[in-house]
Amino acid sequence: MFEKALTGSKGYYIWVLFLLAVIGFGATNYLRQYFYGLGITGMSKDVSWGLYIGQLTFLVGVAASAVMLVLPFYLHDHKVFGKITILGEFVAIPAVIMCVLFVTADLGRPDRVMNVLRYPTPNSMLMWDVVVLSGYLVLNLFIGWTVLGCEKRGVAPPIWAKVLIYISIPWAFSIHTVTAYLYAGLPGRGFWMTAIMAPRFLGSAFASGPALVILLCYLLRRVANFDAGREAIQSLAKIVTYAMVASVFFIICELFTVYYSQVPEHKNHFNYIFTGLHGHSSFVPVMWTSAILALIATTLLIIPSTRKSDSVLPIVCVMVFASLWIDKGLILIVVGFIPSPLEKIMEYAPTLPEAAISIGIWAIGALILTLLYKVAVAVRKQQEYYNVTEAAH
Amino acid sequence: MDSTRRDFLKIAGLTALGLGAKPAADAFAAAGGPRMTQNPQALKAKRWAMVINLKKFKESGKEALQRCVDACHKAHNVPDFGNPKDNIRWIWPVELAEALPTEENQYLHKFHEGALRDFPVLVLCNHCEKPPCVRVCPTKATFQRQDGLVLMDYHRCIGCRYCMAACPFGARSLNWRDPRPFIKELNREYPTRVRGVVEKCNFCAERLAVGKPPACVEACKNGEMAFGDLEDANSDVRKLLRDNFAIRRKPQLGTQPQVYYIV
Repeated sequence: MFEKALTGSKGYYIWVLFLLAVIGFGATNYLRQYFYGLGITGMSKDVSWGLYIGQLTFLVGVAASAVMLVLPFYLHDHKVFGKITILGEFVAIPAVIMCVLFVTADLGRPDRVMNVLRYPTPNSMLMWDVVVLSGYLVLNLFIGWTVLGCEKRGVAPPIWAKVLIYISIPWAFSIHTVTAYLYAGLPGRGFWMTAIMAPRFLGSAFASGPALVILLCYLLRRVANFDAGREAIQSLAKIVTYAMVASVFFIICELFTVYYSQVPEHKNHFNYIFTGLHGHSSFVPVMWTSAILALIATTLLIIPSTRKSDSVLPIVCVMVFASLWIDKGLILIVVGFIPSPLEKIMEYAPTLPEAAISIGIWAIGALILTLLYKVAVAVRKQQEYYNVTEAAH
Repeated sequence: MDSTRRDFLKIAGLTALGLGAKPAADAFAAAGGPRMTQNPQALKAKRWAMVINLKKFKESGKEALQRCVDACHKAHNVPDFGNPKDNIRWIWPVELAEALPTEENQYLHKFHEGALRDFPVLVLCNHCEKPPCVRVCPTKATFQRQDGLVLMDYHRCIGCRYCMAACPFGARSLNWRDPRPFIKELNREYPTRVRGVVEKCNFCAERLAVGKPPACVEACKNGEMAFGDLEDANSDVRKLLRDNFAIRRKPQLGTQPQVYYIV
């Protein structure tokens, strides 16, 4: 089946070569980091996690959101998703791989990463994150490949694949819950210590992931002549709408608790991002960009005419994705450290090598996604071709 | 053919040698071989604790604070990068409001300028009884000893910095880059670290093991700091805590810090 990824149009080859070039650029920067140390990044004693862990957090959400296609199709027999469920599963695979790469890029001693397996420590949420993420990767690899292979041969997926699919549904929720627990259980980090962290994570994940799949559907229609179907895209748009409304609601809950209670350990962080704190305000424009994008996107999603418009929906999806990427991939992690436990403000901005490494990892994800989608679309088209010729006879 | 014969003889010879050596090896094993023994002078306790007397530090002046910092950083090969981004600290002076954010009081601060609350406070790892850093470490590279000391295995640490996120006291530092060129004066009694691992105050476990008090405590001339067994009614720390009012940093978090501040 993989041979289908090896042949393609000129545009396909150019795209793949472009991604390889970006990956090479990221890799050279990673070598610089490897030999110099993490000091090459913008992180410091006070802000000890940054862009890398932010990307991990955001991408776990993207990976988990595959369940928003799997669940309606397999549990509710929502047939319009039949054609695109595989697209969701195939988003999850590169997303989890990117997560692993981002964690590795963030390690001070990547050569010792196996210590996590050599000395398993159940009281560390990080160990559980490794367990659920690797499990989820294996599940999606098996499910995606098997289902597609069966489709290629025109047979129903085996019963064990169905079992794996049912397991993957709660598993998807678990990966993002555990990721939230990484942060939500730390004493002395007021920004993170909130019981709504996991629900908030799931809400924003189920908006950003399906928004990405919608965008990919539009893209496939253009570049691969593959039509996901209007109904499928509109179903996804409804999911994005509900998830976005839930996300905004969760954030309102957060803001109410923080600002009505006025407890400084919690409030200082929010002041820092919304108004600036003690003259430090580098995150204020970033936060407001995310908030305004979220509000506009949610409004446009709720209004049926804009949600149903093929020209507005892609823009809305870009807004959703960008807003939530800023919120989760940038602000959520960094601001947990600002102000520090000693109420000091050390500002953070990613450095160029740090950004280059991150872009390189995103390019690895994009490359894996491209190859997987190429296979999936080729198999789909072949099936359609057989169906048409069979019908003609 | 010839080489095969030679190989055979080699293997046979080695085997014979091995068989001959076995009794000797057994004899060594029976004798016990090299064994870890504890220094009879090692200081021991059920629960180590530290007392920092803010009043005495104010009397002694800021040089006294710096003496403690220098003694510690010299004893442990703590590098000085000279910038706040890379810096590593085991013990360092901060404003009272930073050490005890919950004690921040806008009125007292305004009314009592120059009072005790304007004098810097030394902060360091609190060697919490319930350490969040140990709870989150995915490799057990940071662990708690029976006597309460929270220590680091620099050779196991993967540099994930989860412990730095978990510590409510900002007591931990990562080696963001190779620390060795930034060590002013190398102390051969204590290891240096490599880039990419986390470190922090260890309550001078290596000094306790040879019967010496922590370096910072030793550097105090007027008893500004004390160190001892909290479970021993006759220890220095117990006597100080009996006769003085002491507070701890962020006790509300339930980590049970073992550094007490006399105010």
